[in-house]
Amino acid sequence: MSARPAGPRVPRTVVLGATGLALTALAAEVLPRALGVPGDVLPPLSVILGALVAELPTPQFRAALAATVVQWGLGLTIAVVLGVSVGVVLGSVPWLRRLTASTVEFLRPIPSVALVPLAVLVLGTQLRSALLLIVYASFWQVLVQTMYGVADVDPVAEQTARSYGLGRWARVRHVLWPTAQPYVATGVRLAAAVALILAITAELVIGSPGLGREIAAAQSGGATALVYGLVLVTGLLGLVVNVGVRALERRLLRWHVSVRGEVAP
Amino acid sequence: MLEVRGLRKVYTSQDRTVEALRDITFSVAAGELVCLVGPSGCGKTTLLKCLAGLLGPTGGEVRVEGRSVNGPPPGMAVVFQEYGRSLFPWMTVAQNVELPLRHKGHGRAERRRLVTGALADVGLAHTPDAYPWQLSGGMQQRVAIARALAYEPHVMLMDEPFAAVDAQTRADLEDLIRTLWDRTGVTTLFVTHDIDEAVYLGERVVVLSSSPTVVQDDLPVDLPRERDQLDTRAMPRFTELRSRVYGEIRAAQRAASRPDGA
Repeated sequence: MSARPAGPRVPRTVVLGATGLALTALAAEVLPRALGVPGDVLPPLSVILGALVAELPTPQFRAALAATVVQWGLGLTIAVVLGVSVGVVLGSVPWLRRLTASTVEFLRPIPSVALVPLAVLVLGTQLRSALLLIVYASFWQVLVQTMYGVADVDPVAEQTARSYGLGRWARVRHVLWPTAQPYVATGVRLAAAVALILAITAELVIGSPGLGREIAAAQSGGATALVYGLVLVTGLLGLVVNVGVRALERRLLRWHVSVRGEVAP
Repeated sequence: MLEVRGLRKVYTSQDRTVEALRDITFSVAAGELVCLVGPSGCGKTTLLKCLAGLLGPTGGEVRVEGRSVNGPPPGMAVVFQEYGRSLFPWMTVAQNVELPLRHKGHGRAERRRLVTGALADVGLAHTPDAYPWQLSGGMQQRVAIARALAYEPHVMLMDEPFAAVDAQTRADLEDLIRTLWDRTGVTTLFVTHDIDEAVYLGERVVVLSSSPTVVQDDLPVDLPRERDQLDTRAMPRFTELRSRVYGEIRAAQRAASRPDGA
């Protein structure tokens, strides 16, 4: 064998990515010290991580992390179920789609955060308020993508199914749903990110339990390092969510062009 | 088995109407293999969709096994030209063939038997777990044919099924259709724009005119039942029939292009 180093070769992109991350971390450690930035504005990375590590084992932190994840998951699930079912119905009934199109286009751009006062007024500062915001923001992502997906059903595939006597429900299940799946997956991926943003926002602004409220609490207590530490955690959470949804997408959509790539017959 | 009487189809959009089919009358007896040939743009696909119950006619009637068609008839299978779109990319070859059987109410063992048998019949016994998009165009169309066969139809409609495959594959598939028809005796209506293909495959050829479409001619193909790509096509009788159909279609096109209409 040749004198190549033992073990599998690490891809170039991974090496570059890791190097970039290391350099950023180094900059975050060195620059605040070198520039003499005060510790209550931007502490060095080691101080931030130290504050975070001290926080990690506390029951308060764990409860906050769990609350955020639960709110996010619950809100996303409701939005996906609603978005997909409404999307399939609106997408497959042309007159209903035309009837609702203008309303959808009007309601969709309303930023969810603008509903905060309304949510607090009607539902109080509990979980329900946060859920309302999360569901409202992520619902549209799923709805719009699902409607695109339903519109993409191939007429030949549909005629094939009809000619073999598949009824309406069987066609929804075997033709419409698989066609819409890649679009729904995109919608879910977008919605997952939006839902996390809104979960943190709700906790920060409304004060529902979660990482956002911990950030606000740390801020009012002057614990700058911990504020940064918690922000890092929310970033990591977003990363995990994105990677998770992508992995799921690749698994479920093996057959789709975007996943399988070009296969030479 | 399949009767078409005075079939008429007019497409109406907001600002104009197009008469795709004017008056089509012909029939296919049980066990026959009939080719329907016509110039491009004569409404072959419209006619096929009316026969398959996918499109409602403006006038006239289609009857399959004595029953008037107003939706896809239960005993009919259709093979579409666009195999790549007619097969479902999210299902394997075997699942594609099996899907219609699930809705026909066959049990699991029966379905497996039909799927395996149909795939073997089209020469694809070895690829049940492949996805359609992993196969060549000719193989994909074989899968679509297997799906139709497994359905055990009483009537099979084929809409220019070989228009998109290369010449060699096309010859192989033509012989496959003859072989399968010989063995199963399923009533088959094969739509094509290719005159040679129509004469080579059919026991009878129905010639359509240009649009607005009527039946221009209906002639029996008195060639030996055993067809061969080289021998049959070299027969004087084959050439005669081919010339006759060709002449009919050219006459139809000339009539249609006259400014005062036919």
